[in-house]
Amino acid sequence: MTAVQEPRTSTFDDNDQKPVGFGRMLRKEDPRLLRGRGRFTDDVQLPGMLHLAILRSPFAHARVVSVDTSAAEAAPGIRAVVTGAKLAELGLAWMPTLSNDVQAVLATDKVRFQGQEVAFVVADDRYSARDALELIDVEYEVLDPVIDVRQALAPGAPLIRDDLDGKTDNHCFDWETGDADATAAVFARADVVVQQDIVYPRVHPAPMETCGAVADFDAVEGKLKLWSTTQAPHAHRTLYAIVAGLPEHKIQVIAPDIGGGFGNKVPIYPGYVCAIVGSIVTGKPVKWMEDRSENLISTGFARDYIMRGEIAATRDGKILAIRTNVLADHGAFNGTAAPVKYPAGFFGVFTGSYDLEAAYCSMTAVYTNKAPGGVAYACSFRITEAVYLVERIVDCLAAELEMDPAELRLKNFIQPDQFPYETKTGWVYDSGNYEPTMRQAMDIAGYAQLRAEQAEKRSRGELMGIGISFFTEAVGAGPRKNMDILGLGMADGCELRVHPTGKAVVRLSVKTQGQGHETTFAQIVAEEIGIPPADIEVVHGDTDQTPFGLGTYGSRSTPVSGAAAALVARKVRDKAQIIASAMLEVTVADLEWVKGSFQVKGDPGKSVTIQQIAMRAHGAGDLPEGIEGGLEAQICYNPSNLTYPHGAYICVVDIDPGTAQVKVRRFIAVDDCGTRINPMIIEGQVHGGLTDGVGMALMEMIAFDEDGNCLGASLMDYLIPTALEVPDWETGYTVTPSPHHPIGAKGVGESATVGSPPAIVNAVVDALKPYGVRHADMPLTPSRVWDAMRGRATPPI
Amino acid sequence: MQVTMIVNDAEVTREIEGRLLLVHFLRDVLGLTGTHWGCDTSNCGTCVVWLDGEPVKSCTVLAAMAGGHEVRTVEGLAKGAELDPIQEGFMQCHGLQCGFCTPGMMMTCRALLDKNPDPTDAEIREAISGQICRCTGYSTIVRSVRWASVHEAAAAQTEGAQA
Repeated sequence: MTAVQEPRTSTFDDNDQKPVGFGRMLRKEDPRLLRGRGRFTDDVQLPGMLHLAILRSPFAHARVVSVDTSAAEAAPGIRAVVTGAKLAELGLAWMPTLSNDVQAVLATDKVRFQGQEVAFVVADDRYSARDALELIDVEYEVLDPVIDVRQALAPGAPLIRDDLDGKTDNHCFDWETGDADATAAVFARADVVVQQDIVYPRVHPAPMETCGAVADFDAVEGKLKLWSTTQAPHAHRTLYAIVAGLPEHKIQVIAPDIGGGFGNKVPIYPGYVCAIVGSIVTGKPVKWMEDRSENLISTGFARDYIMRGEIAATRDGKILAIRTNVLADHGAFNGTAAPVKYPAGFFGVFTGSYDLEAAYCSMTAVYTNKAPGGVAYACSFRITEAVYLVERIVDCLAAELEMDPAELRLKNFIQPDQFPYETKTGWVYDSGNYEPTMRQAMDIAGYAQLRAEQAEKRSRGELMGIGISFFTEAVGAGPRKNMDILGLGMADGCELRVHPTGKAVVRLSVKTQGQGHETTFAQIVAEEIGIPPADIEVVHGDTDQTPFGLGTYGSRSTPVSGAAAALVARKVRDKAQIIASAMLEVTVADLEWVKGSFQVKGDPGKSVTIQQIAMRAHGAGDLPEGIEGGLEAQICYNPSNLTYPHGAYICVVDIDPGTAQVKVRRFIAVDDCGTRINPMIIEGQVHGGLTDGVGMALMEMIAFDEDGNCLGASLMDYLIPTALEVPDWETGYTVTPSPHHPIGAKGVGESATVGSPPAIVNAVVDALKPYGVRHADMPLTPSRVWDAMRGRATPPI
Repeated sequence: MQVTMIVNDAEVTREIEGRLLLVHFLRDVLGLTGTHWGCDTSNCGTCVVWLDGEPVKSCTVLAAMAGGHEVRTVEGLAKGAELDPIQEGFMQCHGLQCGFCTPGMMMTCRALLDKNPDPTDAEIREAISGQICRCTGYSTIVRSVRWASVHEAAAAQTEGAQA
């Protein structure tokens, strides 16, 4: 375990170090994207293609009395109008969610959230399809909605899920983890107990490209070709086979270029199924692209947890236990994307980076008349909520103890010699070395000077805050012994083929949405077999061309698929070694691997390159006994554990006392994701996540009025950070390799999204200390900060 | 109705509906899919193109309004095989990830550099503040524009020295 200080000044001269393996390298996907030659789903144009538009409910809760489509059907250019009743005849009105619930494709009985799909139209062009929606006459009987999550289980609350047999209330599930009795015993004897109610409001991933699909069903071949905005093409293919009863080998799912995912493109949405049905009933290719409002009001939201956090400690600052109770709003259908045995995702890591004596969480999840989902938004399965809870409550404890929050954290870290460390909720942290990471962040920030500056500013009545967070994430789901999604084990396949001339193609089951897989996976293979990344083609996002695997979300690509890529390359290298031994007329044991070639030990003059071996593997002449021709291999990697990246974040804010406007002045992020494949791409991943964090902490929220109208239904109302709201990011890194990952890498895609919100909120609360504020809930808009300054802080929901 | 305009230096004439948005005209009628569409409210800026050299949001311009004018899209940035310095800067400094906002960002940044060859970081941020990138966090976009600015200045100096 080593701690390395990253040079903070980046020059323009070392942008492309052209590594044969790990290192800074420009991206292979950039040339097409820079020229406008990317191919996103909406760019797919097929001969005779029709356009689909969806009619959505204006009400949050209503009975569908009748749907009259006659006027729409008679409109010019309309090829089909399909209602829930028509889908019911086909047995397709309902579909399974990723959490073993069901969700309506088109409403048959009731609508259960504003924006729910009611009918669809297929027309010759986009505009005609939209026009025809206006001609569909739906009669609704409006019902009382359940909007306030705290009222969902109240006696007499309107019943949302009367479609479920025997359902009499809005209860979704209960879940607990840890030891309630042991935790209660520790709390009973603790010197200090702090309790804080904390709300993580509903937010939305809102990738710049909305969701959509192009379905092309060939009735003669019986084959469905589906281009769609999916982060998990293979999982989707299997689910379509199950939902629609189509044979799996006759379904080809293609995820072309994707304009950002952030978890939004994990679930199967009704629109995808509608596009498939539309193509089947019209016999033509059908395109569906949702608009921005549809994206915000109907597709997978994130968070929406109401948490009570409690922390127990000794007077001198030793943290003993953490306890929490959570009320989780799952919307109208439980569409959470998480391994089946983890209904609350990986929230169990709420014990954070600290060595505790006990921990316990109890959770109740409920249905409300809001959009379904509960997806990532870069949260690696609810870890965002868990880290926010622990890092907020630790700061509350620091305030109670009048201790510096950095000192309190340093005092309680799990120590390097304690790894692998099993937490009180049963998670086995594979590795970690927290203090150097924390110290580096404090060094970059100039922590002591910042505190001095703050003291001086406070004396003048200026509001400056310094916020710290330290996180440990659990990413790379996951070991198939206990992790699956709808019965599909969370493993990933990989195939590597080296062509006769020594060029190669590697086929992945995961799919980039901007993370740069076409570059980093070529680098992983290059590191192992010494073929330059430029000579390695990465194929992904097409189920007909790639091996099965569960896709890209929860920061799992590098931990799972990246391991598969390294191991498949090692298999190829092993075979290459046998062929090399024949070429050099020595035994296998006499050879040593020097990246890119096998050399005879002690005789560097005698060697063959991987390219020469590839030609020999495909060429004329005998190969060693028992060795087949060709140079290729395949693998399916089942991780033995998750990987546990960590990081230390420090945020500096200034608040205008006159307007309560929060300005993020500086943000320092020191991340440890183990072995670093491409530092440029890692930095980019971190920067993006930090910006998400600013959005959630200060701006973003999907709110509803009392009738269930979504108040964040456009980008005029749902505020996303622009270049003016974020600072120039400052980053550093340490390297603590994962002991079980073949190259020691850990996932990093979501670290910054997970780690940054508590740092920002802690900074704002720190700035408001002169007003006696101990907590204020996100999003910390000027009005909410203003209220907090006047002692009127209330939860946002 | 019939509309005629110059798109990336070539004159095009098409029969269109009066309500057709410029973004859909470019994408669906002309097949120039480098220009993207990301919101309905003129907030995200993925659809930015030039109208007579000025960046506009093509989701808020009718194709008919572009009649008789000159439009430039991301497809018209590079000169053949040679990338525009702003494109090169985005590649060198990792100014893009998913690439969806990138065409609009680059059109705005190119226009900025044409008016202000040596912008400060604050001026760059101001220039792109009508556009959203969900991936990069903007720092690398700022660096990309600076890369283009520095390299264009160096190239101009070399040309000046040769002349």
